Amino acid sequence: MESTILKSENFSAWFGENQVLKKINIEIPRNNIVAVMGPSGCGKTTFIRCVNRMHELTNDTHVEGTIFYTKNDIYKMDPIILRRFIGMVFQRPNPFPTMSIYQNVIAGYTLNGASLRKPEKDELVEDSLKKAALWDEVKDMLHRKGTFLSGGQQQRLCIARALAMKPEILLLDEPTSALDPISTAKIEELLFDLKKNYTLLIVTHNMQQAGRVSDKTAFFYLGELIEYNDTKEIFTNPKNEKTQNYITGRFG
Amino acid sequence: MERGIQIRKYKNIVLKTGVVLFTVIVTLPLLLVLLYIFKRGISAISWDFLANLPKPVGETGGGIFNALIGSAIIIGIAALIAIPFGVSIGVYLSEFRKTKLAYWTLLSVDVLQGIPSIVIGIVIYLWIVKTMGSFSALSGSIALSLMMLPSIIKSTEETLKLIPDSLKEASLSLGVPYYRTILKVILPAGISGILSGVMLGIARIAGETAPLLFTAFGNPFTNTNILKPMASLPLVIFNYAISPYDEWHELAWGAAFLLILFILLLNTLTKLAEKKWRVQF
Amino acid sequence: MQVSNTRQIKQLQFGELFFRKGLALSALLLGIILLSIFITILVASLPSIKAIGISFFYGKTWNPVENDFGGLPFLIGTLVTSILALIISVPFSISVGLFLGEYFTKGFLSVFFKNSIELLAAIPSVIYGFVGMFILVPFVRDLETSLSLPPYGVGIFTASIILSIMIIPYSVSLIRQVIMLVPSSLKEAAYSLGATRYEVIKNIIIPYTRSGIGAGILLSLGRALGETMAVTMLIGNSQILPTNIFAPSNTMASVIANEFTEATGDVYLSALIEMGLFLFVVTTIINVIGRQIIKRFSID
Ligand SMILES: Nc1ncnc2c1ncn2[C@@H]1O[C@H](COP(=O)(O)OP(=O)(O)OP(=O)(O)O)[C@@H](O)[C@H]1O
Ligand SMILES: [Mg+2]
Repeated sequence: MESTILKSENFSAWFGENQVLKKINIEIPRNNIVAVMGPSGCGKTTFIRCVNRMHELTNDTHVEGTIFYTKNDIYKMDPIILRRFIGMVFQRPNPFPTMSIYQNVIAGYTLNGASLRKPEKDELVEDSLKKAALWDEVKDMLHRKGTFLSGGQQQRLCIARALAMKPEILLLDEPTSALDPISTAKIEELLFDLKKNYTLLIVTHNMQQAGRVSDKTAFFYLGELIEYNDTKEIFTNPKNEKTQNYITGRFG
Repeated sequence: MERGIQIRKYKNIVLKTGVVLFTVIVTLPLLLVLLYIFKRGISAISWDFLANLPKPVGETGGGIFNALIGSAIIIGIAALIAIPFGVSIGVYLSEFRKTKLAYWTLLSVDVLQGIPSIVIGIVIYLWIVKTMGSFSALSGSIALSLMMLPSIIKSTEETLKLIPDSLKEASLSLGVPYYRTILKVILPAGISGILSGVMLGIARIAGETAPLLFTAFGNPFTNTNILKPMASLPLVIFNYAISPYDEWHELAWGAAFLLILFILLLNTLTKLAEKKWRVQF
Repeated sequence: MQVSNTRQIKQLQFGELFFRKGLALSALLLGIILLSIFITILVASLPSIKAIGISFFYGKTWNPVENDFGGLPFLIGTLVTSILALIISVPFSISVGLFLGEYFTKGFLSVFFKNSIELLAAIPSVIYGFVGMFILVPFVRDLETSLSLPPYGVGIFTASIILSIMIIPYSVSLIRQVIMLVPSSLKEAAYSLGATRYEVIKNIIIPYTRSGIGAGILLSLGRALGETMAVTMLIGNSQILPTNIFAPSNTMASVIANEFTEATGDVYLSALIEMGLFLFVVTTIINVIGRQIIKRFSID
């Protein structure tokens, strides 16, 4: 029995006068990987940034409608609290440049002023790095700066950092677009493992990637959610002409 | 044709020679001032000079201990006031760039930077010395803190502007409150630029004399009470320099030497800080 | 790492609000301080403005004992000293600007001279004055003797020379900036037509940067007008209207420095503060205009 963890109702978002999301209705089931696809500028990034309320950090933006996290209206929650349930990984890896690998992983705790004992920290670091499939590669250099790692390793470090907060949902905005094929493969593998414990919402331009990793796919076009279904259905039997055009590569 | 080219080439060479010559000439005063201060200053420096008070006219020897202590206290308090104030204005300017307040604040910084230091001295005299009824080190510190603000504000703003937004977002997405994000992520990432601004600010006020004339005022004795008049290196240099006595000139040369040494040191440290603590993104 | 209890959330929200407001407040406070500075010196000048009125600007005698507060000698002293300093400094400022902004933009020479100019700006005014008393004053005295002028040594000329050295770094850094902003496509176009560097500088760089260089010079004038210590030590402190550029004189800043702590009587003190007001207003106007030109220049 699948339960819904995230649900938007007639959700719209604006940059100034420019409406970039138009009455989005979507339900995300727990422990699924949902791919968000669509041509450039259609509002994918905006959508997932609304889910953890990062959208409102940009000046002169507003939203209408609402999003529910489990039973809670996220716009009635404190954004700081919400973001601890909903982690985020960005398009470009962004480890903290002043911190070591070790410090990066537990940054969510130290920056929030939580005091952990050494064994707790060690365990958290090892556990999170293992989940992010990075432990074996960095276990001997935990105290070097995170920025020394390769791009793919940095991105997994960022995933570990998000996972250390023990979130329920992980938002990923084109997490592999800045990476080489080998790193990409590693991260895709990782996503598959993470599904057991987390719900993942992943933005991607790459149709093969969506097909390979996701359970469900949402297709956005010009700010509207055109089609949302099981990934297999979307790819083999799209209902909407625009979706069909997109997946067959008739427009980019 | 041939001659035309010759003339053009000739003009070209003359201009370049002129530019190089003038540039070299401009640096001569620097060399002259430094050499002269070193020559006159080194001979004045001794343990007595550092540890004693000035002697009355006619007696040789004596030192500027009072001014060393005074300068340290006055500059220290000025920095304590200016650093938090300046950094928070710099943060405001880089975080809320497009607001009206930011526009006016930037203008205010430019205006403040241009105010003659003697005018700052007058204003602080009216605000503090007159109100409290006495010259004081504290009033001197406040005057100097106003003078070092622009350099702190500008360096903070310019450094933080260069820090990618992605860093702030990384922190906020971990559920870190905004204020902690600024204090623990953004400021540490910009530490090299901020520090160099602070040091340049200190270098600038270390030699400021005019705003101290009617505030800290000077004091022939060692004083550590910040509500009382206090000596400082630039004041000692000024007062002894314009005196007619050779013994006092001697003290002034020694003080000038120490002051220049301190300023050179700060300038070098600034260059090092810019390199050494620069954070790679 | 979850927070659930409402008190903690309230605390977080409070901290958040408090911090943002605090940042805005500190910015606002700066504006308030600046405004208060202006109002303070304006109000403190009122007794003098009322008592002396407009003759403050044309009265030739400054004799506080007799209640004569004619500021003309100091107005003239300030203007002549500053403008002379400006005239001396301009050829040097433009040369060094070209040196650092066009001829040697990288490499050892560039770094060396750039640092030297920065150090020139770092030397305190009081030290320029002190060294000037011992090196420049005897030199000028000899010069005056050979010109059969009264050999004071100190005076407008001496002060102007030191002043010009002190303002060169400010104009250089601005002139260098604007010269470096000249689009290289423009310069390359001229070079490709066979122009020499001299011609590129004369026909491309100077016309293109004219307003920026002007602003740099204007801003250095703002500096010169308010410069106090070195001038006070070298100008000779005379209350008499100067008759030539070697004459001892006083600038507004040096009068304030010399007489402020000894000023007895409300009008006397207020008259000195009025000079401060004048300096404040003039330098602020110069600054705002200069910065505006530079800003417009950098955006274009
Ligand atoms: N900071 C901003 N200010 C104003 N408009 C913006 C801003 N960011 C995005 N937009 C606009 O919002 C629309 C949606 O942008 P969004 O970044 O969500 O698209 P996207 O689907 O993620 O595109 P991409 O595939 O290129 O990442 C675009 O039309 C874009 O121009
Ligand atoms: Mg995007």
